[in-house]
Amino acid sequence: MSDAVVPRQAETAAPRAAPGSGWLRRAIESDLFYSFRRSRLTMVAAAVTILFFLLAIFASVLSVQNPFDPAQLQLMNSRISPLWTADGQSPFLLGTDEQGRDVCSAILYGLRISLVVGVLGVLLAGTLGITLGLIAGYVGGATDGLIMRIADVQLTFPAILIALLINGVAKSVFGNRLDAMSTLAVLVLAIGLSFWVQYARTVRGSVMVEKSKDYVAAAQLIGLPAPVIMLRHVLPNAMGPILVIATINLALAIITEATLSFLGSGMPDTMPSLGTLIRIGNNYLFAGEWWIVAFPGIALAGLILAINLLGDWLRDALNPKLR
Amino acid sequence: MLAFTLRRALQAIGVMIAVGIIAFSMFRFAGDPVNQIVGLDTPAAEREAVRKSLGLDDPVPVQFVRYFINAAQFKFGISYQFRQPVSNLLIERMPATLELATCATILAMVFGILMGVYSALRRDSFLAKVFQAVSLIGISLPTFLIGILLIYLFAVTLGWLPSFGRGDVVRIGWWTTGLLTVSGLKALIMPSITLGLFQMTLIMRLVRAEMLEVLRTDYIRFARARGLTTRAIHFGHALKNTLVPVITVAGLQFGSVIAFAIITETVFQWPGMGLMFVQAVQNVDIPIMAAYLLMVSLIFVTINLVVDILYTIVDPRLRSTISRTA
Repeated sequence: MSDAVVPRQAETAAPRAAPGSGWLRRAIESDLFYSFRRSRLTMVAAAVTILFFLLAIFASVLSVQNPFDPAQLQLMNSRISPLWTADGQSPFLLGTDEQGRDVCSAILYGLRISLVVGVLGVLLAGTLGITLGLIAGYVGGATDGLIMRIADVQLTFPAILIALLINGVAKSVFGNRLDAMSTLAVLVLAIGLSFWVQYARTVRGSVMVEKSKDYVAAAQLIGLPAPVIMLRHVLPNAMGPILVIATINLALAIITEATLSFLGSGMPDTMPSLGTLIRIGNNYLFAGEWWIVAFPGIALAGLILAINLLGDWLRDALNPKLR
Repeated sequence: MLAFTLRRALQAIGVMIAVGIIAFSMFRFAGDPVNQIVGLDTPAAEREAVRKSLGLDDPVPVQFVRYFINAAQFKFGISYQFRQPVSNLLIERMPATLELATCATILAMVFGILMGVYSALRRDSFLAKVFQAVSLIGISLPTFLIGILLIYLFAVTLGWLPSFGRGDVVRIGWWTTGLLTVSGLKALIMPSITLGLFQMTLIMRLVRAEMLEVLRTDYIRFARARGLTTRAIHFGHALKNTLVPVITVAGLQFGSVIAFAIITETVFQWPGMGLMFVQAVQNVDIPIMAAYLLMVSLIFVTINLVVDILYTIVDPRLRSTISRTA
């Protein structure tokens, strides 16, 4: 990951809009939006990402049953193949699994959980990383040394291993009585604690550069407290790279959650995320019931691909060297 | 130079002590080890006896030092689920993981370098675009999905390759190898591809970027002016200079290959350390989790240290900057 410092957000680089026009006008006239409109692939990726978020938000409206409610599942309806095959049955568009759960509904609800864990995990990692990075860069000295040493050590270990360990420890502390909601919280915590390092390093780098500039000295001279200077003056100038990391990390966080659930230490079968659905479906692959695993897999891969494409574009668009 | 090596070695020992503290606190404080060992209806007096026999009534620092001395001799205690010494279990499963990781790394290096060189030299060709697309998919598809896809194609549909296990293995001393039997080799194919694909895309992107950079330099232009053949320039000059960072990255990545083997081993039920670790997490088998953490950290830290020291030996420019800053 490059520690390239983007001096200014792209939007502010755009020519000032005519007086009286709102922020929307400014956004449309920005460099970022121009580069967005020029890349057809990025527009498709953005549309797909928004579609996935909408599907997740309106999951309860769009699905034919609530897959988390055992009362709505009927074993009579188990293992029905997708609608377009010979044995397909309405209303099960993508077929059903062995419990009579509609695969399409399960995907919509699972998507919701995957996105919630991913977004909350990225927010936690970002908050933690930005705070520690600001403190390390602004205070310096021994504090800086300690925080960055911890970051160095953690960076040598892959995030998935750290997340698995945190999960295992949480399990042994709370026993196996964890309900679905607390499992979700543990997953968010595991992802947040595994991904903070990159934010901290980037923010620290930007703060080191910005700290010596005149506007910070001016802010110090008029007597602003350090937290205000860090949050209101220094942080906005480091926002570009943070946005790029957050986008790419969202894809990584979703992969991590799916992997943990697939390995059996994530979301339980009663409240499945996409990863859990793939683990369940994997057991029926040999019986020829491919749809139970295929559709959650396609949904997961499509979501990650779309977010990754957005992240790639954002990285190039915000990099002044490539303009 | 010596000072640098010493400082890096001290740093590595520091990291290992930190990991040791984490492993020890997991072992000691995450759940009561006595409860895991005895049955539910064991009387309190018997529990106390077990506690005493394990030395759990000693002061915590004493316990920590003892844990550390034991761990340094590869004694990690007794697994809760298998009732066997953890070190025996680890040694039994290590060859499977190391063979898989090595095959995956070789696969990733060979194909990653080939694809990277090709897409740097023929940047606008159709095949280069295909490689770019493959690398994006390789990064976006989670490892376990690739494994499932391969199993569905080659095991369920075509029936060419086994979907789980290591096949027949040959025992050489304490090492078991699947490389000497046909079924062992067949069983190795799909897990290696699954595990190596991510590294391959990484190496391909790196080789492509490095090659493009090197091809722009003056000494390549000079080599062209001297009238050398294109082949000599591309492979004798350009590729050779890109290989140093590539080998470094591949070496550093070997540690994460072993960690990512957790996922591949679960998909293919490969009897290695990673599968054992996943089962340990599910069954809250803390001694195995702690031992795995220590083993993997030791591998990581050693690789990092060796790469750092080798780097200064290979690249004299680095040596001078180190002695200047030190």
